Amino acid sequence: MAILLTETTETVLPDTRAEGDRLWLSAAELEAAIGWSSRPEGFCRANICVPVPPGREREFMRGGQIDVAALWRHLGQPLAHSADGGAWVLGTAAAERESALRSLQAPDFSLPDRTGCRHSLSEHRGKKVLLVSWASW
Amino acid sequence: MLADLYNVVNVPTIFWIDERGRIVRPNDVAFGTDTFKHITGLESARHLTALRAWVRGETPALSAEDVKRHQPLPTAADQQARAEFGLGQWLWAQGRTAAAERHFVRGGELAPHDFTIRRGTMPMRNIDPMGPQFREMLQAWVGGGQPYYRPLPDTAAKQTS
Repeated sequence: MAILLTETTETVLPDTRAEGDRLWLSAAELEAAIGWSSRPEGFCRANICVPVPPGREREFMRGGQIDVAALWRHLGQPLAHSADGGAWVLGTAAAERESALRSLQAPDFSLPDRTGCRHSLSEHRGKKVLLVSWASW
Repeated sequence: MLADLYNVVNVPTIFWIDERGRIVRPNDVAFGTDTFKHITGLESARHLTALRAWVRGETPALSAEDVKRHQPLPTAADQQARAEFGLGQWLWAQGRTAAAERHFVRGGELAPHDFTIRRGTMPMRNIDPMGPQFREMLQAWVGGGQPYYRPLPDTAAKQTS
């Protein structure tokens, strides 16, 4: 079994076993977990497709399975996994964060208050906002 | 999550966001009170005065060019560090504290300037974040010529005047 964590999702993959730095998923698991699918033109998500480098298909695909770790690295995204291969984090690339921050549009987020009620930054559109990040330690 | 989205590497970090949801003051250091002034050297009054003036419409915030000029942007190492931190946090929540420790330490090695990782993980590692290990880390960092707090230049200049 493996757990695949992204910024917003936690997917349990009961039949998946890591092989070192590789994590082979079925096409259906890949799409369900991270929204990317394997198509003739390459790996695609929404209207974005990334070709598989010619001659390197075996690094990414094997008998109908896809190495999500190889795909994630190919996309230039950070990845970390536990020593036993049971937990994997697919992070977000610096370029993606940089692009969002460079737009100057404040990234939206939602966090719970002390009673568990969630609040989003976007709820405050139309008002000036002081965003303070703090720690109680 | 907020640290990842906004490239926050220490606290407090504050942002001004206007009515259209645009960042008009990025990643600044400001305190709401002077409780820690004797430690940080940063006083609260200048920022609070500037904040009130901006909210009342008496003074503008930074221009878009200045926001972009002052905005710290994450590197690939920063984002790898955040992935390691995220994994460590998940492992810690599962009770796998030894496994978590390795990823917290790795995150700190990748982004030594990121105190949301180096100091923020201390409670999960049974280290007092106000204690001797923190002070040792702080002294090593500051002793190497690196500031622990990085207020924007105008805030810093005003706060030291």
